[in-house]
Amino acid sequence: MAALTREETEALIQEVLEVYPEQARKDRAKHLAVNDQSLEKSNKCITSNRKSQPGVMTIRGCAYAGSFGVVWSPVKDMIHISHGPVGCGQYARGGRRSYYIGITGVNAFVGMDFTSDFQEKDIVFGGDKKLAKIMNEIEELFPLNKGITVQSECPIGLIGDDIEAVAKKANKEIGKPVVPVRCEGFRGVSQSLGHHLANDSIRDWVLDPAENKHNDFVGTPYDVAILGDYNIGGDAWSSRILLEEMGLRVIAQWSGDGTLPEMELTPKVKLNLLHCYRSVNYITRHMEEKYGIPWIEYNFFGPTKIAESLRAIAALFDDKIKEGAERVIARYKAEYEAVIAKYRPRLEGKTVMLFVGGLRPRHTIGAYEDLGMKVIGTGYEFAHNDDYDRTIKEMGNATLLYDDVTGYEFEEFVKKLQPDLIGSGVKEKYIFQKMGFPFRQMHSWDYSGPYHGYDGFAIFARDMDMTLNNPCWKQIKAPWKTEESTNTEVAASA
Amino acid sequence: MPRVMLKKNPEGKLVFYIAKKDLEEVAESVEFDSSDKWGGEVLLSDGSKYYFEPMDEQPDFPVTLRAIRLDSGD
Ligand code: SF4
Repeated sequence: MAALTREETEALIQEVLEVYPEQARKDRAKHLAVNDQSLEKSNKCITSNRKSQPGVMTIRGCAYAGSFGVVWSPVKDMIHISHGPVGCGQYARGGRRSYYIGITGVNAFVGMDFTSDFQEKDIVFGGDKKLAKIMNEIEELFPLNKGITVQSECPIGLIGDDIEAVAKKANKEIGKPVVPVRCEGFRGVSQSLGHHLANDSIRDWVLDPAENKHNDFVGTPYDVAILGDYNIGGDAWSSRILLEEMGLRVIAQWSGDGTLPEMELTPKVKLNLLHCYRSVNYITRHMEEKYGIPWIEYNFFGPTKIAESLRAIAALFDDKIKEGAERVIARYKAEYEAVIAKYRPRLEGKTVMLFVGGLRPRHTIGAYEDLGMKVIGTGYEFAHNDDYDRTIKEMGNATLLYDDVTGYEFEEFVKKLQPDLIGSGVKEKYIFQKMGFPFRQMHSWDYSGPYHGYDGFAIFARDMDMTLNNPCWKQIKAPWKTEESTNTEVAASA
Repeated sequence: MPRVMLKKNPEGKLVFYIAKKDLEEVAESVEFDSSDKWGGEVLLSDGSKYYFEPMDEQPDFPVTLRAIRLDSGD
């Protein structure tokens, strides 16, 4: 389908907004926009990070999901207690595909679900005693853990338990970091506040107390940390090898396949590398201010952006690293050119609509473009202004931007724009597949990945082709409803 | 009185960041910006204006300081 003009896109937004009652229409209108590359600031065209309207179907999660699910749970050598009733942790368990190395249940605990399993009596009489008991049990059963975090679910804030006091006491008793996080789900408007709270808890309960630890650490001028890569399907690994090949030393991964000692060492790096800006920018800015560590955002989706990012990172180091970056780009050239030669002809000109979390709606655009595809609509679940600032330049003019899109809006936009591929989450997946649209689950890579780095790009290209050109999409319509059969029927009845 | 995180960008310009508002903006001008006096009115590129209590020396950037908002720029 041909690209819409600015007027047509605006008309489309108005048409979709029409069904809402007046108040809701006014509010939602602020979250839908036509991209204008000439704008410097997104607040001129789109509002974000606001409470969702009651009555609409939002795709967002809660603060607990942001802190536990996103930031903390991939830290593999710590035990993360979902503090409260059992459901929040159990239903969120294992869905994220944050890969790690270790023996689960012995020295790594990512795939497991620890919860205080609140019952009525814990709500009535408080759960602090239970929490203290759990920590002792954990120490006994899993002695190789390096620390514990307490991730508060909604009831903890409501009944006013003092988890900080329990944490401090347990910290003295077991001699390991115990981190209380006040990330009750009702706080804030989305998982985004959970990221912030998790960042603050790392600052107060991990980095500050660790200042005098690890004094025997021997640094090099090339020490860096990967921040905001959750190793979905192995993403952080396929990123890390590129950085190491160019001569840098990655001493910490936050938090995919990450460990507590790595986090404690991070203030000793020379440069922080940020992949997901949204979920770690707070702690990065803190480290910049307190320890004087500069930071840079990078994007490892697709060869164009990878090369740009490698060069930008190298520019902050000496000639050895700069040469290293060129060497890496040259080394993988044949590989990624072959990927493009194979898949581009099959994907050229195809259109994509995205709706993901806080980074991929803009970061994957370059990878699609490398394959000759066009992103015609994009939006975030929980982005803020500064994310949209960074999106405007990446998206084409007059394309559609939708913040915290509602189920209804997304379906209507898709019906009108008829994209060749949709990338979003699992809640959207089956709706769109049933509507006959090829769909990729872009949170956990649809059980595939990694997508970062040159190795990841090959998998990305294969997956997009496999989904988009799958013959099943031709079979979606019932045979008697296809044009051909109607024609022959008409002919037969004549 | 918002808390503002200030840093210098690679071009040496002052970058303003207010976490609560996701405001990330370059400063166009700083009223006092010499080695023995820093602060006063700061004009951002989006037209808004903030005031910092002048101090006797350049702060060590990056740093977080309190500012008074004078003009939203709208
Ligand atoms: S909103 Fe509350 S109850 Fe629901 S998942 Fe989040 S923490 Fe649990």
